[in-house]
Amino acid sequence: MTLTEFLHMGGYAYYVWTSYGITLLVLVANIVIPLRQRRKLLTDIARAARRVRREP
Amino acid sequence: MFNNFFHKLASPKHFYRIAGALIPWLAGACLLLALAGLYYGLIVAPPDYQQGDSYRIIYIHVPAAWMSLFIYMVMAAAGAIGLVWRMKLAEVIAISSAPIGASFTFVALVTGSIWGKPMWGTWWVWDARLTSELILLFLYLGVIALHGAIDDRRTAARAVAILALVGVINIPIIHYSVEWWNTLHQGPTVTKFDKPSIHISMLIPLLLMALSFKLYYACVVLMRARCEVLERERSAGWVRELVETK
Repeated sequence: MTLTEFLHMGGYAYYVWTSYGITLLVLVANIVIPLRQRRKLLTDIARAARRVRREP
Repeated sequence: MFNNFFHKLASPKHFYRIAGALIPWLAGACLLLALAGLYYGLIVAPPDYQQGDSYRIIYIHVPAAWMSLFIYMVMAAAGAIGLVWRMKLAEVIAISSAPIGASFTFVALVTGSIWGKPMWGTWWVWDARLTSELILLFLYLGVIALHGAIDDRRTAARAVAILALVGVINIPIIHYSVEWWNTLHQGPTVTKFDKPSIHISMLIPLLLMALSFKLYYACVVLMRARCEVLERERSAGWVRELVETK
């Protein structure tokens, strides 16, 4: 099987690769969202802790 | 000893640490299984004798649909545990599951629709299987919206658990819809009492992908649960220590 044949998917390339593409997008988004959320939370909490220490 | 282990696991501080250690292993195993599944599914497995290569959508469509049901059951069970035993960690798992379940339901619906166009000649039909799966998506979105609408996190968790439990009625309806009603959707080929009516060369990648999706869920639900624990415990001593050592 050549690469062109593989990408052609027997004429169903549009359907197959759209499905796989959307799935990949959704799965990656679900990983990125909690990663960014955790980083934001940690900086928020650290900032709040510093504020508390400065105002005794 | 086991009792002690579960007590430790249930404490937010230990959960945060243990989950953090587990996540890279789960992610690695998930990726390996996905690569194997994609290799066998897209390259090794032969085209279908009726559907040609379009059937290859099955390797994401069916595992995603299985996950949409599986995650719902986990969410409802965790919600019930939270309701009955007031276990905080169960509440955290329940609410962390909702967006992932919604994502898999969305993937199942969209890939099914894209598969339906060349095979059935239509993107959508209002038949039992498709409609009940769409209701599942609305149940997930309802859970997320309800949780967001209530400020107190413990009250929100209780409300969400009740909604999730009521929605469990939809799960057997989805599963048996293809047997109870006439539908365009094909019947089960794997999850039935008879031998699976799918050739082994197509079954192996399907199971690899299903396992990979399960690990993906385990990995991502722990990532989300860690955030939820941090948020709930933001004024606790161990969280302070955590941000100070950073």
